[in-house]
Amino acid sequence: MKSIEAKVVVLGSQGVGKTSVVIRYVGGMFSKAVSPTIGASFFTYKMTLDNYRIKLQVWDTAGQERFRSMAPMYYRKANAAMLIYDMTSADSFYDIKDWVSELKKNIDTPIVMCLVGNKNDLSDIREVSTEDAMEYASSIGALYCETSALKNTGIDDAFLQVAQQLIKLYETSPNSGLHTIDLQDNSSRPASSSPGMKVDSPKKQTAQSTNSGGGCGC
Amino acid sequence: MDESEGKEAEQVPPSVRNPDSASASDQDDFVEPASEEIKNAVLVAADTFVDINYDDLVNEDYDSHPSGVIHAIVRSGSQDEHSSSEHNDTSTGEESSEDHNEIPKDLSAALNDVALKESDPIEEIEEDEYGKGSKWQLEKKHIFILSSSGKPIYSRHGQEDKLVTIMGVLQALISFVSAAKDSMRSIVAGDHKFVFLVREHIYLVAVSKGLESVQQLVLQLSYIYNQILSVLTFTSLQKIFKQRRNYDLRRMLSGSEKFIDNLLNLMDHDPSFKLQAVRCLPLDSPVRDSIAQSIIQHARVKDLVFAIILANNQLVTLVRMKKYFLHPMDLHLIINLVNASESFKAAESWTPICLPKFDASGFLQAHISYLDESCQTCMLLLSVDRESFFILSECKKKIQERLIKYNGLQAISDSLMKTSYSCQQCGISDLRHFLYKSRSMAQYTSPELEAPYLSDEEQERLFGLYLYLHNRIHTSVRPLKILYHVGKHETLLGWVTQQFELYAVFGPLITKHTAIGAINKLLRWIKKEETRLFILNSATF
Ligand SMILES: Nc1nc2c(ncn2[C@@H]2O[C@H](COP(=O)(O)OP(=O)(O)O)[C@@H](O)[C@H]2O)c(=O)[nH]1
Ligand SMILES: [Mg+2]
Repeated sequence: MKSIEAKVVVLGSQGVGKTSVVIRYVGGMFSKAVSPTIGASFFTYKMTLDNYRIKLQVWDTAGQERFRSMAPMYYRKANAAMLIYDMTSADSFYDIKDWVSELKKNIDTPIVMCLVGNKNDLSDIREVSTEDAMEYASSIGALYCETSALKNTGIDDAFLQVAQQLIKLYETSPNSGLHTIDLQDNSSRPASSSPGMKVDSPKKQTAQSTNSGGGCGC
Repeated sequence: MDESEGKEAEQVPPSVRNPDSASASDQDDFVEPASEEIKNAVLVAADTFVDINYDDLVNEDYDSHPSGVIHAIVRSGSQDEHSSSEHNDTSTGEESSEDHNEIPKDLSAALNDVALKESDPIEEIEEDEYGKGSKWQLEKKHIFILSSSGKPIYSRHGQEDKLVTIMGVLQALISFVSAAKDSMRSIVAGDHKFVFLVREHIYLVAVSKGLESVQQLVLQLSYIYNQILSVLTFTSLQKIFKQRRNYDLRRMLSGSEKFIDNLLNLMDHDPSFKLQAVRCLPLDSPVRDSIAQSIIQHARVKDLVFAIILANNQLVTLVRMKKYFLHPMDLHLIINLVNASESFKAAESWTPICLPKFDASGFLQAHISYLDESCQTCMLLLSVDRESFFILSECKKKIQERLIKYNGLQAISDSLMKTSYSCQQCGISDLRHFLYKSRSMAQYTSPELEAPYLSDEEQERLFGLYLYLHNRIHTSVRPLKILYHVGKHETLLGWVTQQFELYAVFGPLITKHTAIGAINKLLRWIKKEETRLFILNSATF
């Protein structure tokens, strides 16, 4: 079994439900009174998928203006970005476009992107249609999911799809910046189980491998 | 607030007022034995915090921001370039004596008028057209923040964007006075005080009918100003307004209004701020030392400037980089940050924070996490390295393991359970409550609130008594050393020396003689307990 460690950054405007989605996924709960993120919060999540052990290191960022300049710190080394908007707010959807162009400008390693329309439980007052969102997602080569942190719908699926893309990325493009890690007990571990490279500082990789793996568009 | 002691306020026997100038026998009782004890305390006094003096505080020029410390650390590791960067400019305070002359009179009037205040409609400071209704007008303390061009930034009550008119009036008033190369500090109108703090780009105004003196309100405004710097830095504030004088600062502050709200609420109830001192969680000193050692051993990381453990707004331990000190004001902002943010309970956090007294020009990065399941014990690791999250996260794990293994966390939670200590433990009958501040350490201790101070109203009244005592003693026109005040419900005794400040509350029937004896006994008790109540040795990396 192989083990990979991936950094996931969660981006989007303030109040769209980033923290709620992450806490729902990692902690299995929802709190109506979730308090606004200060700076960034760090979560880890471990899963096993297709003969891979995957450790996700999730950075949940604050959407507030004053933290905007901190964002590069989190996305620069990210292997995946969850771009979350609130489907009842068209503005929060337009904000995603800013994020995407910022990512494109500043990242030169391949990255899995997943566009997430949250607050699906409020879909009767939605301002962003599924078609528009899907069209935009495919135009930037991103996955698309609709979720509700409140009702716990779509979230597992969103992270699962991201994980699958990460594996694909890992298999097709060894220089993607994904870390190979040792999650198992050393003794039970076959001598050289992972495929050779411990890709520690992948920087400087150009976009040659961007098109490998369906969801990698940068 | 019920504050009926005012009438007795002037009963203070003149002989007690100034022990230096008189040699009444009373004072001999006071000074001799206790100062002996306290001298010893000073010898071991720690340099954990920078000491401050009230006059400096009020007169301080807050625009002379220390800066470059962070840069210096990054550049040269532990080399100290700090000392030269801070300078005081005392020129702003010179015209203030007139204001202060007003205070005692005004305050005792305020004390006398309390009953009236509760029921009478307040003289209107606003008209209805502002649409805030009478509840808004009845608020005890308003805080307004505006930019120097008059744009609303914050209002404690009501919505600041509905207050454009009043902000405009305030701006006009302040500009008018400063155009005449003068500055306005306060206006007393009826039972309202208007207090102004004018900074380079920001004006802060307090309108209060509470008991605070002008000085105390200025201090609160400085805290609020520093809170704003803490989320923005002085450098970026300057940059923002240089680019656009008209900028709506609320955009940059969005999400951090709650820190200002929270700070204002804390200042209304917690004596730390007016004392300019930090309260330590009582812990046996070997336990505290071992907690500090855990940090020193496992957080020996380059560029880590401060490591702090807090529990319930009290300081458990502070480890600092040699030669760098944490100012109590900065620590209060950190306590406020933790106190106001539920989000740190969910996960490890990594956030920029500017500590204005340390370096107003830049951010430190804070790794913030709770060490226990019940989220009572919070650790902050403050570094100048923006990239050190994972290193610090490792440190945190090791420190946490060690604290569990050696029962450090258990000791903290036990101490929290015991809720500090009871006044009875001091063994002094008729002593109801006290605040004792060690001036050299900038730390204070006080017992739990017990009957009769259990209800909110009674606690607020007690807080008002302390405000009164503190204000009387520190009024800059005529600072007192000792104040003995017989009130209707309690007798107050305040005593300030080079080494300490003590504010004690007794039952109403105590005699002066007994009170003096009790105070000396209390000082002995504090001396005996001091290793538990204070952090005497400052730990460094
Ligand atoms: N109805 C509904 N509300 C949600 C959902 N997710 C989050 N919220 C609410 O949206 C607000 C902001 O959530 P938060 O997670 O703090 O957003 P963040 O600023 O993006 O981290 C909170 O009041 C949440 O309770 C959802 O799926 N449905
Ligand atoms: Mg959040």
